[in-house]
Amino acid sequence: MTATQERPGAEVGNARRRKEDQRLITGRTRFTDNITLPGMLHLAMVRSPVAHARITSIDTSAASASPGVIAVLTGRDVAERQGSLPCAWPITEDQKAPPHPAIAVDTVNFAGEVVACIIARSSAEARDAIELVDVEYDDLPVVLDLEAAAAGGDLTHPDLGTNVSATWVFDSAEMGTGGNVEDAIREARDGGVLVERKYRQQRLIPAFMEPRSTVVDPTGEQITMWSATQVPHILRLMLAMTTGIPESKLRVIAPDVGGGFGGKLQVTPEEMITLLAAQQLGKPCKYTETRSESLMAAHHGRDQVQKLTLAARRDGTVTGLKVELLADMGAYLGLVTPGVPILGAFMFNAIYKFPTYHFACTNVFTNKAWTDAYRGAGRPEATYAIERLMDELAHEVGIDPLEVREKNWIKHEEFPFTTVAGLEYDSGNYEAATAKARELFGYDELRAEQKRRRDAGDPVQLGIGISTFTEMCGLAPSRVLGSLAYGAGGWEHASIRMLATGKVEVVTGSSPHGQGHETAWSQIVADRLGVPFDDVEVLHGDTQISHKGMDTYGSRSLTVGGIAVVKAADKVIEKARTIAAHMLEASPDDLEFTGGRFGVRGTDKGVAMGEVALATFAAHDLPDGVEPSLDSDATFDPENFSFPHGTHLCAVDVDTETGESKIRSYVCVDDIGTVVNPLIVEGQVHGGLVQGIAQALFEEAVYDEAGTLVTGSFVDYLVPSAPDMPKFVTDRTETPSTTNDLGVKGVGEAGTIASTPAVVNAVVDALRPYGVDDVEMPCTPHRVWQAIQGHGQTTPPAPSSAQSVAGQEGGVA
Amino acid sequence: MIPAAFDYHAPSSLEEALRLLGEADDAKVLAGGQSLIPVMRLRLAAPEIVVDLGRIDQLRGIREEGDVLVIGAMTPHAEVAQNPLVREHARVLSETVQTVADPQVRHRGTFGGSLVHADPAGDLPAPALALEAEFVIAGSAGTRTVAADDFFQGLFTTAVGEDEILVEVRVPKYTGWGGHYEKFTRVAQQWSIVAVAAAVRVDGGSIADARVGLTNMGATPIRARAVEQALLGQPAAAETVRSATARAAEGTDPPSDTNGDANYRRHLASVLTARAVLAAAGV
Amino acid sequence: MAKITVKVDGTNYSDDVEPRTLLVHYLRERLGKVGTVVGCDTTNCGACTVHLDGRSVKSCTMFAVQADGHEVTTIEGLAGDGRLHPMQQAFHENHALQCGFCTPGMIMQAIDVLHDNPNPDEEQVRDGLEGNLCRCTGYQNIVKAVLSAAQGSTQGSAQGRTV
Repeated sequence: MTATQERPGAEVGNARRRKEDQRLITGRTRFTDNITLPGMLHLAMVRSPVAHARITSIDTSAASASPGVIAVLTGRDVAERQGSLPCAWPITEDQKAPPHPAIAVDTVNFAGEVVACIIARSSAEARDAIELVDVEYDDLPVVLDLEAAAAGGDLTHPDLGTNVSATWVFDSAEMGTGGNVEDAIREARDGGVLVERKYRQQRLIPAFMEPRSTVVDPTGEQITMWSATQVPHILRLMLAMTTGIPESKLRVIAPDVGGGFGGKLQVTPEEMITLLAAQQLGKPCKYTETRSESLMAAHHGRDQVQKLTLAARRDGTVTGLKVELLADMGAYLGLVTPGVPILGAFMFNAIYKFPTYHFACTNVFTNKAWTDAYRGAGRPEATYAIERLMDELAHEVGIDPLEVREKNWIKHEEFPFTTVAGLEYDSGNYEAATAKARELFGYDELRAEQKRRRDAGDPVQLGIGISTFTEMCGLAPSRVLGSLAYGAGGWEHASIRMLATGKVEVVTGSSPHGQGHETAWSQIVADRLGVPFDDVEVLHGDTQISHKGMDTYGSRSLTVGGIAVVKAADKVIEKARTIAAHMLEASPDDLEFTGGRFGVRGTDKGVAMGEVALATFAAHDLPDGVEPSLDSDATFDPENFSFPHGTHLCAVDVDTETGESKIRSYVCVDDIGTVVNPLIVEGQVHGGLVQGIAQALFEEAVYDEAGTLVTGSFVDYLVPSAPDMPKFVTDRTETPSTTNDLGVKGVGEAGTIASTPAVVNAVVDALRPYGVDDVEMPCTPHRVWQAIQGHGQTTPPAPSSAQSVAGQEGGVA
Repeated sequence: MIPAAFDYHAPSSLEEALRLLGEADDAKVLAGGQSLIPVMRLRLAAPEIVVDLGRIDQLRGIREEGDVLVIGAMTPHAEVAQNPLVREHARVLSETVQTVADPQVRHRGTFGGSLVHADPAGDLPAPALALEAEFVIAGSAGTRTVAADDFFQGLFTTAVGEDEILVEVRVPKYTGWGGHYEKFTRVAQQWSIVAVAAAVRVDGGSIADARVGLTNMGATPIRARAVEQALLGQPAAAETVRSATARAAEGTDPPSDTNGDANYRRHLASVLTARAVLAAAGV
Repeated sequence: MAKITVKVDGTNYSDDVEPRTLLVHYLRERLGKVGTVVGCDTTNCGACTVHLDGRSVKSCTMFAVQADGHEVTTIEGLAGDGRLHPMQQAFHENHALQCGFCTPGMIMQAIDVLHDNPNPDEEQVRDGLEGNLCRCTGYQNIVKAVLSAAQGSTQGSAQGRTV
């Protein structure tokens, strides 16, 4: 153990302003679309306007003759070379999957699928030629409705003989992690409480601000691809495996990347096509999508129907939860498409001690853009379901929703706790976070105000929504991923290079696109090695520099990648200790390392890390058998997930005349363990909250009955802007994780996971006096108004609760 | 996204612009371009010739002519929004312009361009209709003046012919009237789901006169004349105004889309009309 | 082709352009000013915001020919003499950016907000940024940055505004 662990970090915990800002605020950016190479050609995609059809003919002659056009590629032209785009997560052995060509060959399976690619000297000329490609389609039945598709009928992929890709089941009785949920349901039916609901997770679009862009330069010894991706390492591996190009002949660079949120965790058709075009023509090629293309053809997220049964006793103690999911895959299986709902399987029980649990998920194909990871990936869906159910349970048994939660949650002294889903939660303190949130929010005062306004029949009703969430993140222990049939491990790599001048280069395998790794990793290393923050340079996102990595998603960068950095730094210190001891003519055991200096205990003799680095570089006088290098690598595989948690409270004013829901206040207290940079953490929470709130209130990818995306631009896909959002009150409690050296937990997805149910719970809470127990997301004014008109009830309430509502409200409804 | 190629002309006089339009088969007038350019980028429009009015100085500016405010068609929204004459004599218009799109668009987008575009969810047509504005349209045969009632003819269609240009809009002064534009959207950037423009003259606590125009309740803006009539002489108070505006949606034909069905829009129309009138009346 | 003369970030340029060339494409592809980016095709996102004769416009919703004879300032022209513009500084100090893609447009619009109203309240700042989308920050720190820049300028910050 090194001395740095004993002294409080000077950098870790410090609200450092970010290193990466300088280039971003001055426009000196290196987004992929900014790249221009000599002789570079430009690609434009011809996309299918129909959702499901056989391609009967493609005539490219007019397009080929268009000014500036160099080539036109169809699916037939590249059929032999393009392979099938990879899915790395077959969730069952008998999972069904169609081939996934980058350019459609015989059939198109969703509107927006690429059917041909124009390659021209300018992007304008490429765009001009799109209209000149004449494609004839023979329409096939379009499969759109998830439940109908699951039930049979028309087929998305007739060759598969079914719309069902796979069914995946977890049962606590079978797994030995709990009892039988059917027993709990039977008991609840007979004198207990049974809450049965069907919730819909609408389809969302990640809508990162930087449209996807790829440049491929085939002219060197290696083929170099720049891409707006979250996953340069995975992309290289997958491209190599799909095309047969040796991995060593491919270099992938993720330069500045403008957001991802899971949406750039993919191996895209467009990346493959750009690669194929560049290879064929021997010239650098660039493809940059338009926003319309991005919304239509970049993968979507969510899209589930959740059938839920919660069994409880009359005192509010939950005795079991049964979850039956339908998950819409869309037309194809992307990189981790089938696994997304499975990531939720372990989270429906959330922070609670449920004795029985059953989860079954059926993955279903439809003729829509394929779904895949979107911020939270599986966990927001699970959290939404359980947090909505806990509010419903509270209403059913007539106790405060915070109390119902407390009655069921894991007490802080009970950690580590093995859940009914089989996970071991290492740490947490739900009581502390909730107490703090409750106070900041003014929970009791708001409840009192709510009662006053209900009694007065205020046309603007106040609703209070709660979400006490946890999530599993920090993907992931490799053995767990293996047990879930994921195609790779979940480790992360880091290396530290000690330069002769005492400067430090940190190479990380995680690949930031807004998360601030350059700053946070510098803080960690500055503390660890006792060097100035500014002396640390963080390198990433280029497979030639960072040769090994698993990239950035699933709130994994700090809890896995950051720990790899710590491990590498510790190795540097150990190597340096040997050389320092030699320099000081002392025994390594007599040295202590503090503040970047090796000192001989009990003396004032010592050398600084920089001096050791220089001596190592010179290598004139090193101990026998010691190699002249301090550089160190570490590959860290986490032993467990990280389990951040928090309590989110939301107050919404619902205008019952228009149906408009306006967030009046939002308080969240998150526990993400040790904080490296509070500024970055807060930023992650703010942004996460807005994406979760947007699911609750604004965003939905809507298709018409022909399978055309109606919300095909930002005119209709409603990403909120500044005036649509409240000012958030964010705070923290700090219960360090016990499974990593820094005590850190992931934060990237927390806000998104927690906020959606908090907002919807608030909307529904405001409408309780009207007998409303659900509003489908997004809770548009129209839907809220309809609910008030009497269309917002899932199940007829029991006579007792109906009476209490009527009595309480004095006829507001 | 890149528009299809076109020939570009930026005449410096109205006459030259009219001549260019008269000669061309497939020409589009470019005013501020804030609606036209996106549509061209998406290639939903691909004119062969674009005639840019940006260099014709006479089309810009706001002036008084007796009882009338004259707003040049090429006056940017931002200028209309900040103009003290408009604020004083056409309060509802001043309020409405401030809600058009966003600040950047208001710097480029023009008053006349927005009216001629005649998007059913666009904000300016409803107050223009309610205030009984007149539209001065120039063509090769000279200029003609069209009343607001005759100007908006259908979805994206106005009285301005293909080789004509809207020169200016003449708005009668409503000095001393209150005005309010009640715009309902789900997010701030959105086009109006429904909106209501109301101008009201209150005299001794009663509504002496009222003008009400509805946005996005049909293919064109709609004047709620029955509401105007019902408001006359009523006390400027919540209850009476609500009762007078309850039937605001009568005779409308609103669309149904992801933001709400026609029935909901009809309901909104009456709620928002009451709010607009009350705000305009200062209640 | 049309001949245009434009002053961009203090330098005069004369170029022949296709009339259909959007201002943003002229800036990026002809002048290499790739600091200004394109985020959408419907004038919603505001990432491409620049100043035309000192006022904010969306450079994707303007043809380069329309800028003939005018002056354009981009994010690359804000910092002078090695000093950041106070708004750039405020974005940095307040962690008002994450991925940074919306940042050029956001900063240009934020400056315009203060042009109209040097001392806005929070609501006015939010309204002024209505035409700019950010997917990372949740806007809170952006609003904070603009308010702090406003405070700095009303308190007579040492750094002058460069536009």
